[in-house]
Amino acid sequence: MGEIWFCLVAVMLTVYVVLDGFDLGAGAIHLWIAKTDAERRQVIRSIGPVWDGNEVWLLAAGGTLYFAFPTLYAASFSGFYLPLMMVLWLLVLRGVSVEFRSHVEGAVWAGFWDVVFSLSSLLLAVFYGAALGNVVRGVPLDSQGRFFEPLWTNFQLGSNTGILDWYTILVGVTALAALALHGALWVALKTSGDLQDRARRFARRAWLVAAALTVLITAVTFRVQPHVPSSLSARPWGVILPLLAAAGLASMAWFLRQGRDARAFAGSCAYIVGMLTSVAFGLHPYVLPASTNPAYGLTVQNTKAQDYGLKIGLIWWLIGMALATGYTVFTYRRFAGKVTARSESEGY
Amino acid sequence: MEDALTVHRLHFAFTVTFHYIFPQLTMGLALLILILKSMALRTGEEHYNRAARFWGRIFGISFALGVVTGIPMEFQFGTNWSEFSKAAGGVIGQTLAMEGVFSFFLESSFLGLFLFGEKRLGPRGHWFSSLMMFLGSWLSGYLIVATDAWMQHPVGYSMGANGQFQLASFWALLLNRWALWQYPHTMLGAVITGSFTMASVGAFYLLSRQHESYGRVFVRIAVTVGLVAALLQLFPTGDGQGKMIAQNQPATLAAMEGLFQTQQGAPLAILGQPDLQKRRLDNPLVLPRGLSFLTYQAWAAEVKGMDEYSPQDLPDNISLLYYSYHVMVGLGTMFIAVLLIAGWKLWRGTLYASRAVLWALLLALPFPYIANTAGWITAEVGRQPWLIYGLMRTRAGVSPQVSAGNAWFTLIGFMGLYVVLGILFLFLVYREIDHGPVPSTASAD
Repeated sequence: MGEIWFCLVAVMLTVYVVLDGFDLGAGAIHLWIAKTDAERRQVIRSIGPVWDGNEVWLLAAGGTLYFAFPTLYAASFSGFYLPLMMVLWLLVLRGVSVEFRSHVEGAVWAGFWDVVFSLSSLLLAVFYGAALGNVVRGVPLDSQGRFFEPLWTNFQLGSNTGILDWYTILVGVTALAALALHGALWVALKTSGDLQDRARRFARRAWLVAAALTVLITAVTFRVQPHVPSSLSARPWGVILPLLAAAGLASMAWFLRQGRDARAFAGSCAYIVGMLTSVAFGLHPYVLPASTNPAYGLTVQNTKAQDYGLKIGLIWWLIGMALATGYTVFTYRRFAGKVTARSESEGY
Repeated sequence: MEDALTVHRLHFAFTVTFHYIFPQLTMGLALLILILKSMALRTGEEHYNRAARFWGRIFGISFALGVVTGIPMEFQFGTNWSEFSKAAGGVIGQTLAMEGVFSFFLESSFLGLFLFGEKRLGPRGHWFSSLMMFLGSWLSGYLIVATDAWMQHPVGYSMGANGQFQLASFWALLLNRWALWQYPHTMLGAVITGSFTMASVGAFYLLSRQHESYGRVFVRIAVTVGLVAALLQLFPTGDGQGKMIAQNQPATLAAMEGLFQTQQGAPLAILGQPDLQKRRLDNPLVLPRGLSFLTYQAWAAEVKGMDEYSPQDLPDNISLLYYSYHVMVGLGTMFIAVLLIAGWKLWRGTLYASRAVLWALLLALPFPYIANTAGWITAEVGRQPWLIYGLMRTRAGVSPQVSAGNAWFTLIGFMGLYVVLGILFLFLVYREIDHGPVPSTASAD
């Protein structure tokens, strides 16, 4: 049961990053690729009807983590207290800026929310990357399964780490590059004209950065968390996951050159799915490794809830997620196609 | 105030109190919008559609703020109350996760369709999206109330070997008797907030002689719905909730009623200030034997007072509990009075010209918010000193490694952020009301 829920939570978080990733990425590059008010409206409109639903995947994944692995939820949320609170503030600011930008006409109003939207999106991408970096690197858990990390200590690895050290910052920057690329491909897919050209040009450059960082981060991660390579050598079939990421990365470059935006975006999705599932596969059975003593690490087995609850949960979860997938697909189809700069009469 | 427990409690209290301003309006408006859309579908009058669109815009603003202030609530179980989450996550995580999976996807999809898809959906499809919005937000309300109900009256669990509570019966958790009373009481509170908001805007339009045809629709529907809700709020739901507290949390009952001594034929305190040193109610205005009758339907029945309980088993903030309960009941009674008069005038056909009653409806706007907040303070302060009633004390649930200083840092951050959100909310809703339900020239829909 624990293994099933490990996979389900991993899938939910991956879906979250793929979906909210493109609207975060679009937000992060918003100020640079969209120059005029009309273009900025287009960017906002390309994500307007879906960002809220995308973010729900985070809430649903959080709730699922809570009931399936209560001990992990308790330890990680309190240990990552400060960065999580900052993530909350950024989510508040971002949500408000997307929703309220269109309520008042005026350059000052719109300009203010554009900056808030873009900066909060950018910082969120970095924070998510740094959070992932912390999980991979491991945290200073004690024998009670508790830890508390300050924002930073000396930026070095070891048993006295802060949230930010050179490794987690590197992962944060990689996440920003990957999501900016993902977002640029989305904007290219949903728009036309100058904005689309600029988004494509941005994507080509971002691809180079993301590809270089991906190689670097993979090499570094194998040294920082030796459990990852040993998982791969113990279960070699898992190599399919990093291969998926590599294939996604390569196909993105290919389709970008041909100007086939939809396929390039699909490649980006495959890349993100491949990277995140590789991490989950590499860490398993750990869900939060300890940097102090491997025995203190939190695993699927020592954090999961009892089987009765997990079995009941599986029944309603499958029903609920089937419905949710239905709504998500319906909403995306309903709002499919390019966005324009026309007035709000048809909504988005 | 350097005590970490106090800061963590303030942290949750502040963020949840601010958060609940928005859901109480959206859940109430969801019902009223569904009524407006149903009337539009039945009569075919565009008037009702415009009214529904107007309230849909205000719903959208309130919903967005409800979402962004709601995410921190789910997170805080883990960040500030990790020992509680570790112990109880296997049980209450169920209802919280169900809320995410069943309601949030439903609400976010259909709100988008309701606000932006009217043309393509057609009248029936648009009505359907308002129905789904209503179901989604009311389901969300149930799952949160069920979570709170488990903390008030834990059922359907067993104790694991590692000190963690485990789910033993899914249906017992979901159909907790406490939730079955608390849910209608909470939702009627939301309907009262929605109704007074709509009535207040309607009264404003009528008194200022603008958008008068809409003002009449708003006042008519809101007063009718509000009156039904206010009456049901007193009986049976308020009554049922009170009896449940008497049965399961007798120490809480004694504290909220300000009953210091156990007595037969206990009086019902209507006004008065609890004096905890002298253990009596100062300047009391009481209904003799009232409490005994309300609780046990017998004028002479014995009601246990606070003297029956040792201080560590009584709520730790008796005055706040006493006042919030009395504010809630007092305001609830006044709502019934105002709505009865307005309803009578509506029936006689003189309400739209009755300036005094319209003024009363206009000025009533803030009070349902206060009453709902006071009601939740009564429930949650009344649960003290327990986090899970009878099973886990509040001080045992806090995150041990998050210091008071770190909690103050984030509490101050939330306060600053929420001041900004509050101002934005008022500004944007004011603009909508000022503009009115007429279609704007830029976007003829």
